[in-house]
Amino acid sequence: MEPTNDRNPDYYHKVVDCQWACPAHTDVPGYIRLIAQGRFDDAYMLNRESNVFPGILGRTCDRPCEPACRRTRVDGSPVAICRLKRVAADLKGDVSERLPAIPSQKNGKRVACVGAGPASLTVANDLLPLGYDVVMFEQYERPGGLMRTNIPEFRLPEQVLTDETQVIIDMGVDIRYNSPIASMSNLLNEGFDAIFVGVGAPRGKELHIPGRHEETGDSHIFIGIDWLESVAFGHVDQIGERVLIIGVGNTAMDCCRSSRRLGGVDIKVMARRPREYFKASPWELDDAEEENVEIIVNHAPKRFVLENGILVGMEFDVLSWNENASKSEILETVFLPCDDVILAIGQENAFPWIERDLGIEFGEWDVPIVDDVTFESTLAGVYFGGDAAFGPKNIIWAVAHGHEAAKSIHAHCSQLDVRDREPLTMTLESTKMGMNEWRYHNDYNPSSRQKMNHVELSKRFASLELEVELGFNPEQTAREVQRCLNCDIQTAFQAPLCIECDACIDICPVQCLTITENGDEDALRARLSAPALNPAQALYVSAALPQTGRVMVKDENVCVHCGLCAERCPTSAWDMEEFELRIPYAGDSGLLTIPVRRSAKSVSEVR
Amino acid sequence: MTSIAKPVIPLVALPKNELGLSIRDYEGAISTLCAGCGHDSVTAAISHAFWELSTPPHMIAKLSGIGCSSKTPTYFVRGAHGFNSAHGRMATIATGANAANRELTYIGISGDGDSLSIGLGHLAHAIRRNVNMVYVIENNGVYGLTKGQFSASADIGSRLKKGEANAMAPIDPVLLSLSMGATFLARSFSGDKAQLVPLLEAAVAHNGFALIDVISPCVTFNDHEGSTKSYRFMREHEVKEIETDFVPIRKEIRRSIADNDATEVTMHDGSVVRFRSVPEGYDPYDRQKVEDYIRTRQDRGEIVTGLLYVNEYAADVHALNNTPLQGLNSVPYEKLCPGSDALTKMQQSFR
Repeated sequence: MEPTNDRNPDYYHKVVDCQWACPAHTDVPGYIRLIAQGRFDDAYMLNRESNVFPGILGRTCDRPCEPACRRTRVDGSPVAICRLKRVAADLKGDVSERLPAIPSQKNGKRVACVGAGPASLTVANDLLPLGYDVVMFEQYERPGGLMRTNIPEFRLPEQVLTDETQVIIDMGVDIRYNSPIASMSNLLNEGFDAIFVGVGAPRGKELHIPGRHEETGDSHIFIGIDWLESVAFGHVDQIGERVLIIGVGNTAMDCCRSSRRLGGVDIKVMARRPREYFKASPWELDDAEEENVEIIVNHAPKRFVLENGILVGMEFDVLSWNENASKSEILETVFLPCDDVILAIGQENAFPWIERDLGIEFGEWDVPIVDDVTFESTLAGVYFGGDAAFGPKNIIWAVAHGHEAAKSIHAHCSQLDVRDREPLTMTLESTKMGMNEWRYHNDYNPSSRQKMNHVELSKRFASLELEVELGFNPEQTAREVQRCLNCDIQTAFQAPLCIECDACIDICPVQCLTITENGDEDALRARLSAPALNPAQALYVSAALPQTGRVMVKDENVCVHCGLCAERCPTSAWDMEEFELRIPYAGDSGLLTIPVRRSAKSVSEVR
Repeated sequence: MTSIAKPVIPLVALPKNELGLSIRDYEGAISTLCAGCGHDSVTAAISHAFWELSTPPHMIAKLSGIGCSSKTPTYFVRGAHGFNSAHGRMATIATGANAANRELTYIGISGDGDSLSIGLGHLAHAIRRNVNMVYVIENNGVYGLTKGQFSASADIGSRLKKGEANAMAPIDPVLLSLSMGATFLARSFSGDKAQLVPLLEAAVAHNGFALIDVISPCVTFNDHEGSTKSYRFMREHEVKEIETDFVPIRKEIRRSIADNDATEVTMHDGSVVRFRSVPEGYDPYDRQKVEDYIRTRQDRGEIVTGLLYVNEYAADVHALNNTPLQGLNSVPYEKLCPGSDALTKMQQSFR
């Protein structure tokens, strides 16, 4: 193999599995170390730089980082990254002094944001410090978008949501509540320099089966996200005792648990497929089941059963699936009585307010064609992000889209090519403090993943507002932070210094190092001290070593970043170096205006 | 020396040997030697060899004297019996232990100081008695523990860190042992585990005294330009013309046609040492030829490594002394010490 190019930031970035998996590339090990030191403000600000809403995401994130976490490959469960994020957000002090300064002199550019959800707020967060005027149109009376309407308060307290959205609005967003946009054409005519559409995917999917539209009188069949929205705004405050939830995604989980608090007693979540195909996050399923919600698999809705125009239950086909759940056959049909049904089978984008003759092209499924790098539509100056761009995802994706769209808007307003993106760069800095002394805690800690404490079941349903998760206590936090393997403290190797004494190979606790003759990747993978069985994880291959011309090979898969290779290295060919990914945000390329320092982090160059 | 102990990582599946043990079970305490010390590699090779041989840890006895080398038994097979003797006396303790319990596998670790200076007399007599043990000399040419003076194995002309050259002739443990009738002689290099591990395994299988002289660079005091025992010097001057495989008793012996000329030595326990290639005219059973070969190469400034000499038919210490087949530690006390009446009777017989 060719020597690994460790000057390419992607190589070390990929080693930090959590950061690589996070759409916003949050510096997870960096903020966990800050939490470990009790520096909650610093941890919060480091988080905020990339993900903007640490308090909200610390409770609601879909956590793409956690399945990726190296700790899973080492002891079976990932670091509780999300919960630690919440610790920093809960314990932070006043950080207002550290938020980006807003220039009093504006740059003369006006940007419209449609919707006040996470994507739009991120765009505003990135553009306001650059001197932009941001006008935000929100259809409801409060900001937050789906974070407010679709996430129940027992998961995300209203105060946390309001605090983090208000911080951005207070930067100087000209926010217009109760102002749904009825016509894109009119908006275009208002002379904005750019328009960002962050309206989410606001339409819940329908279930067109017999009986759906035959109710007379009040309907007892609800669309999940609309129902959650009504609950959020206090328009709905009760539900029948027997509730069927159709669908088994995260919206279904919020619906069943909300029902539990609004009078539901016998609540069943009805799934068509077996459990391993559920869309809901495993922890949300666990939380629902803890609240005595029954999850029933292999039941396909057949029809709504009405008596005298009033819903009395539903019929389901009981299915038997083949091995990979691609084909099913009907075993029998069963009737389940109920008072109410909530449909939570997905949601889709809907843009009835965008005229189709404006140059904004729509593709398949009647969604706008959006560039997945620039987030620009086919009409220059109009950008989409969040669920509005590529359909329902999660908050963290909306934030990532927002950052990218803000960069595009900034380039567009500076008359530059929006496709000309600043690359990700990195800094690497030795963590060596002295003889076998490092700037990070390198010992492996055998603690197991800390379990989140919940409000007692008996007290939990008293109100819709009572947050169920109590957050980590100090002891849990102290243990959990030490589970992080510091994957960003990289094993950096300098082949010319190596004397091939084998010290690093002998000491490595996971046998991930080998000195061997070079060869192609398959040959190398088979020839290592411990065969490299996870092809998703890279092999590091050094340049030829000076004494024998062999190469040093490192299998990144289960390296625990203990630094023993560097401690045992007599020539410092191995060093433990802190990798910091530098993510360019709008304004970092110094395009239009007023340069802004985001945070007081040290800047050091790649050695 | 490291700041932390080598951690045990639960899910990382390391291969298991026949006893169901992983190589981690054949490790010892964390080394306090200098980073990059050749001895740590020898330690790793010993762990590997015992793991591969599936030797039960409690059936191993590890012994040493004094010196950097003699610290190393602490660092391998933590479940083994151990004895850290007075300086240079490891061979004597090993002889005694071997006499008392012949059922254990004995491995003694020594250095060039411990074996070739203070302990030379004891080494000589262990060879003479053909004590059934593996005797590893971690040979670095300097007294590392006392800051790097020349040892008895330093070559003429080899330089210390500050520049002075050695003028005295070295003692070569292999040639010395050869002349004294040792029955298994090998030389290796700590930076070459591919060679060292099979040599150790063969040495364990050998019935009698097996000496391996391992050039094990002192990274702190003898790894510089001008040293003849540095990593670089070894890589430039090592001659590996003698190649051997070790085939444990349990493994099926596969041989290719090219191997047909290979000489095989069946060890005492049924395992096989196979000479894959030797220089033309070389005979690993002929002491005279072996000595000529080593000396000729030495005169050219080359260091010959590999299994240099083997004699599997010599009587070992137990055969020579006609000891019982079971370990003396399991012979009933009354038999070991028949009492004063028996003594008196015996003494009477000398009158």
